Amino acid sequence: MSEAVNRIAEPIPVTVLTGYLGAGKTTLLNRILSEDHGKRYAVIVNEFGEIGIDNDLIVESDEEIYEMNNGCVCCTVRGDLIRVVEGLMRRPGRFDAIVVETTGLADPAPVAQTFFMDDDVRAKTRLDAVVALVDAKHLPLRLKDSREAEDQIAFADVVLLNKTDLVEGEELARLEQAIRAINPSARIHRTERAGVALEKVLDRGAFDLQRALENDPHFLDHGHPDHACGPDCDHDHHDHHDQGHSHTAADIHDASVQSISLRAGPMNPERFFPWIQKTTQIDGPNILRLKGIVALDNDEDRYVVQGIHMIVEGDHERPWKPDEKRESRIVFIGRDLDREKLKRTFEACQA
Amino acid sequence: MPTIAPLDLPSHCIATAFLGEIPFFVLADGTVHRLDHGHKTSELHDGLLCAAHDPRNQYLLTGGEDGKVLRLSADGTAEPISETPGKWINCIAAGPNEAVAYATGRVTFVHQRNGTISEFAEKRTVEGLAFAPKGLRIAAARYDGVSLHWAATQAPPKDLEWKGAHTAVTFSPDGNYVVTAMQENALHGWRLKDSKHMRMTGYPAKVKSMSWSAKGKWLASSGAPAAIVWPFSGKDGPMGKAPLELGTRGDTMVTCVACHPTDDVVATGYADGMILAVRISDQREVVLRRGGKGAISTLRWNGKGVQLAFGSEAGDCGVVDLTA
Repeated sequence: MSEAVNRIAEPIPVTVLTGYLGAGKTTLLNRILSEDHGKRYAVIVNEFGEIGIDNDLIVESDEEIYEMNNGCVCCTVRGDLIRVVEGLMRRPGRFDAIVVETTGLADPAPVAQTFFMDDDVRAKTRLDAVVALVDAKHLPLRLKDSREAEDQIAFADVVLLNKTDLVEGEELARLEQAIRAINPSARIHRTERAGVALEKVLDRGAFDLQRALENDPHFLDHGHPDHACGPDCDHDHHDHHDQGHSHTAADIHDASVQSISLRAGPMNPERFFPWIQKTTQIDGPNILRLKGIVALDNDEDRYVVQGIHMIVEGDHERPWKPDEKRESRIVFIGRDLDREKLKRTFEACQA
Repeated sequence: MPTIAPLDLPSHCIATAFLGEIPFFVLADGTVHRLDHGHKTSELHDGLLCAAHDPRNQYLLTGGEDGKVLRLSADGTAEPISETPGKWINCIAAGPNEAVAYATGRVTFVHQRNGTISEFAEKRTVEGLAFAPKGLRIAAARYDGVSLHWAATQAPPKDLEWKGAHTAVTFSPDGNYVVTAMQENALHGWRLKDSKHMRMTGYPAKVKSMSWSAKGKWLASSGAPAAIVWPFSGKDGPMGKAPLELGTRGDTMVTCVACHPTDDVVATGYADGMILAVRISDQREVVLRRGGKGAISTLRWNGKGVQLAFGSEAGDCGVVDLTA
């Protein structure tokens, strides 16, 4: 009976670890598996490889991309994850959370989409966060020669800028800017040997918009000229306020992912909802992530949205505070996005 | 009035079977329970993933997270068939002449009684296995279709192609049709003599359970608020015909189906633990179980069709007796 009750109680959180070979994923996994944090993790890896820990909750799984038969090229899921998660969830009492390690070259989108598009997986688990590890020494080269390295950063909720001991301080600031140029809403932590407090990586609730906003009330503001990061901004930032000098980042990041931050006044819901649907239908293949906080006209509550490619989810969050400016902000991270068109059509939704 | 002998077990029930007249319950935690003059338990695997029983109801095959494949007899003794440490055994099937097929990753292994072991590699992960009713032919469901292998030869497979992920496979009892369940909410079928396609769509959920009626006139399936039953009696199978919808309920989904071994009756299990028996000819329903703690995950009639063993995702299992 207790097992049945547990099962209904809470979906199991899933953390996705991405990063190039050598970025430190195995080091972080070994810490998650061995440190005394009072939680039990099931870990899905592509290869047992160097995980030096004997644990029957480590499952090897061949990456298996399934395109959905709906004619949409970006509607992909990971078939192996569906099967393994289903198997693990038949014995739910054994672990508290799942960590999925992807291969260095993996596209994070099918992994993340599995947790939204497969009904069975969705019923039993929730995607907690996508964590990208990057190797500080090799990041500039990676960003130049691989689309995957860019995708992994663009997709991430948390970026660990790892192996900082191999790089000088000034270079680190430049790297951080390059990361922020790709993904302004991710939290960046500088680490050596993946040495970050595990609570900054695990159980983040990044896809739970309510919690994401509680954890980081300014998540859309980092990098915005109007926003001075304060002590409540829970990300390690050092000197990223010189956004005006982003040519330093461009030296590293000359690649194709861009982020587009838009601001406008309160929206007319009868225009905004068709707009976000249409935009994600048409530009979905080019949109990696989107996040937004929207003021709807004549609505006392903030409306929050997030998306991956063509999947969009939204919900009312909390009432606007009396001193808050009722404005709508949305960030698109993607490729080949038409900034002018997005801006124009977004602004046209205003009440 | 049917009576129920309940058996509350601690884990998700993956399969039930009758070996002879003894009901068996196969659990995800690796234990197998049987009701043979009392409740008896065998501990087989550290995590059990799949099970199948042979066509003559003499033994059960099981595969686990521990990479083991075992054959369990009616007296509870288990005989090892193979072990692949560190690999999950994802699917398993029992064939004619005690043949055993199982798959791990992208490879299917077939063990024959004479000791021959054959290996069939696929380009993608094997998601489902089924033996043809006659001849040593094995179907492997994988991405973009099904591969059909003659187990005794290494001849190239016959490929049945259809775009998308195929997650389970079954042969019709006459061997004329192959049907798969897909990642999309649909079934797909092929008529073997000419590879003609049969699309069976319109399900609101994924199909997890398929069962052929006696003589193969009907194919019952889960994945909707009713048992969806496709007619296979005409020469074109279900093409151009609407399926029957049996045991429709407004508030829950059918999660498991099992056709009666002799009569055209479908045992239908629901997400809330209810079980109905529905006659195909006039759609008359009889309640066999009112409900339970979890979704019905497995149903199996005994050989005479007077007892029905059931299991659920929550472990509340039992046997319905229709003779009482």
